[in-house]
Amino acid sequence: MELEVIGQESEGGCSSSGCGSTDDQLSHLPQDIVDKVQNHPCYSEEAHHYFARMHVAVAPACNIQCHYCNRKYDCSNESRPGVVSELLTPEQAVMKVRAVAANIPQMTVLGIAGPGDPLANPERTFSTFRMLSEQTPDIKLCVSTNGLALPESVEELSKHNIDHVTITINTVDPEIGAQIYPWIYWNNRRIRGVKGAKILIEQQQRGLEMLTERGILVKVNSVMIPGVNDDHLKEVSRIVKQKGAFLHNVMPLIAEAEHGTFYGVMGQRSPEPEELQNLQDACSGDMNMMRHCRQCRADAVGLLGEDRGEEFTMDKIEEMEIDYEAAMQKRAVIHQGIIEELNEKHQKRTQIAGMSVPSNEPIIPADTRPVLMAVATAGGGIVNQHFGHATEFLVYEASPNGVRFISHRKVDQYCIGNDTCGEKESALDGSIRALKGCEAVLCSKIGFEPWGMLEDAGIVPNGEHAMEPIEEAVMAVYEEMITTGKIDEHPVAMKAQA
Amino acid sequence: MAVEIVDLCVSCWACVDVCPSEAIAKGGKHMQVNAKKCTECEGDFADPQCASICPIENCIVDAGGLAFNPPGSLTGIPPELLAEAMNEIQAR
Ligand code: SF4
Ligand code: SF4
Ligand code: SF4
Repeated sequence: MELEVIGQESEGGCSSSGCGSTDDQLSHLPQDIVDKVQNHPCYSEEAHHYFARMHVAVAPACNIQCHYCNRKYDCSNESRPGVVSELLTPEQAVMKVRAVAANIPQMTVLGIAGPGDPLANPERTFSTFRMLSEQTPDIKLCVSTNGLALPESVEELSKHNIDHVTITINTVDPEIGAQIYPWIYWNNRRIRGVKGAKILIEQQQRGLEMLTERGILVKVNSVMIPGVNDDHLKEVSRIVKQKGAFLHNVMPLIAEAEHGTFYGVMGQRSPEPEELQNLQDACSGDMNMMRHCRQCRADAVGLLGEDRGEEFTMDKIEEMEIDYEAAMQKRAVIHQGIIEELNEKHQKRTQIAGMSVPSNEPIIPADTRPVLMAVATAGGGIVNQHFGHATEFLVYEASPNGVRFISHRKVDQYCIGNDTCGEKESALDGSIRALKGCEAVLCSKIGFEPWGMLEDAGIVPNGEHAMEPIEEAVMAVYEEMITTGKIDEHPVAMKAQA
Repeated sequence: MAVEIVDLCVSCWACVDVCPSEAIAKGGKHMQVNAKKCTECEGDFADPQCASICPIENCIVDAGGLAFNPPGSLTGIPPELLAEAMNEIQAR
C-alpha cells in the first residue's frame, strides 16, 4: 500500500493541515487508516481520552544498549519505557489481557513494548500474539521495537492481528548513532561504536520499508537528546515520512542520575518543554497527533496518563473470575457508544466550522499572540479534574487559528513529593514548575493555597469551565483574556514559547 | 571449563536465549550456568555468547573469576563516576 507522505511543507507546524483544532487531525487520511486509528489511544489524540491500552511485559531480553536505558531499574512510582514490576510468561500475559479487557471495557489495544526488545524475544512475543489473536479477537495488537531484528520478523508480524508497529529511530547517521548506542549484539558478536550503529540504522530502515510495503502502519518514535540528535531529527522526520511512516513521534529524553543510565549518570540534560515543542513544530506534518504520547511503562494499564497496573498484578488476576464472552459483548456496545459520541462531536464541529461567525462573537485579530493553557482532566475530553488530583496536565495552545493540543506535562513522574525515592519536593511546587510557560490553568476545582501560589507564579487558575469540553473552554478563556486586555500585558515574552 | 553468572544478574533472559548449549537457567533469584553443560561456546562461536549479549558489567566471569565485561566496558560510564552517583543516591 502506498501511504501518502503527509504534510511535507517545511515552514513549520502551522502550515500543515494538522494545525488548528484536533478535529482535522485525521480528516485528510484515507478512510481505511482513519478506521484503524480512531479507537487507538496512542495514535489518535482524541481517542486517547476515551480508549484504553495495556502493555504486557513478556519480552525481557534486548539486543542493543541505548544510553538512555538501564535495565536494572524498577521503581513503582516511575513511568517510563523499560520499567516493569512483574515479568510475565506468555500464558500469564494472556490471562492478564483477558482480565483487564473484562474489567476496563474501554480497552482496545494490547501492546508489547519490552521491557527489552520484543523482537529480540521472538518466541515469547509471538506466542503471546498467537494466543491473543485467537482468544481476544477484538483487541488490536501492536509492538514496539528498536528495529535490529525487524527485517527477519516482518513475515511473522504480518501474520497476526497487528495493525501497527512502532520503531524507535533516533538517527540515520552512524556517527550520531555511536553517541546513542554503545553496542549491539549482531551475528553472535558484540559490535561497538559506529560499526554497530551503522548496522542498526540499516536494519531499521529496511524494516520500515518492508512494513510499509505490506501496508502495516508504522509509527516512528525518536528520543530528543539535546546536543546529540536534536537538530538531526528534522532530517530523520523527512526521511521516515518519505518512506511511508505514518507518524513521527518526537519524545523528550528522560535522564536522571538516579536512573543509573549513561545519560543520567553523565549529566546529559533533558530538553525543556519549549525546545521539544519547537522541534515538533519544525518536523512539520502531523506531529500534533503524537504529542500526547506518555512514554509509558512496558506494563502500563488503562487510559493514557493513568496507570492501573496495581489492580492487575498476577496474584489478583488469579482470583478473578472472567466471563470473557460476556465481557466482549459489553465491550462492543461501549466501544460503539464512544465511536458514535466521537462522530457526533465531529459532525457538530464541522457544522460550526461551516457557519458564518455570528456578529456578536469577538473576531480574534489575526496578529493576536497565542497563549498556552494547562487543563486538568480525568478523561473524556472535558475539564473535569480537581487541580490537586491531577498527576498530569494537558497543555493547549489558543491562537487566532483555533485551539490545538501541544503536550502533556507530568507532575509526579519523577517521584516528586514522594519520600521513598527522588527529591523531596512538595507536589505543589512541582506542579507549578511543570506549568511553566502556561498563562492559565483550567480545572474543575482548586484549593485556596494553590490558587494563591499559582497567581504568584503568573498563572491564572480558572474553575469556571468545569465539565465543559476542553477546546471550547480554552477558547472561552482566550477570548476573555482578549476582551479584558490580559493578552496585551506580556505581549513579547511569551511569543517565543508558542 | 565453564563460565559463571554472579548475583549482579538482573534476569533479563538475554543469555538464556543465545546460549548454544542450553547451559543457562533461572536458579533462585537469577540465572545460573550449569557447569557440566557450558562449553564456553568453544567450537560454536568465537566468543562466549552469554557474555556477548549480557548488558551488566562484571556479571559473567570466566573460570578464573575474571569479568568478561569489566566496569565501564558496556555502559561507557567511567567506574569512578558510577561509584560517585551510587554513593550519592545511597546517602539519601
Ligand atoms: S509509549 Fe506512547 S505510543 Fe506507546 S503506548 Fe505509550 S503513549 Fe502510546
Ligand atoms: S559460555 Fe556459551 S555455553 Fe557457556 S553458558 Fe555462556 S553461552 Fe552457554
Ligand atoms: S544476560 Fe546477564 S543480566 Fe541478563 S540474565 Fe543473563 S547474566 Fe543475567
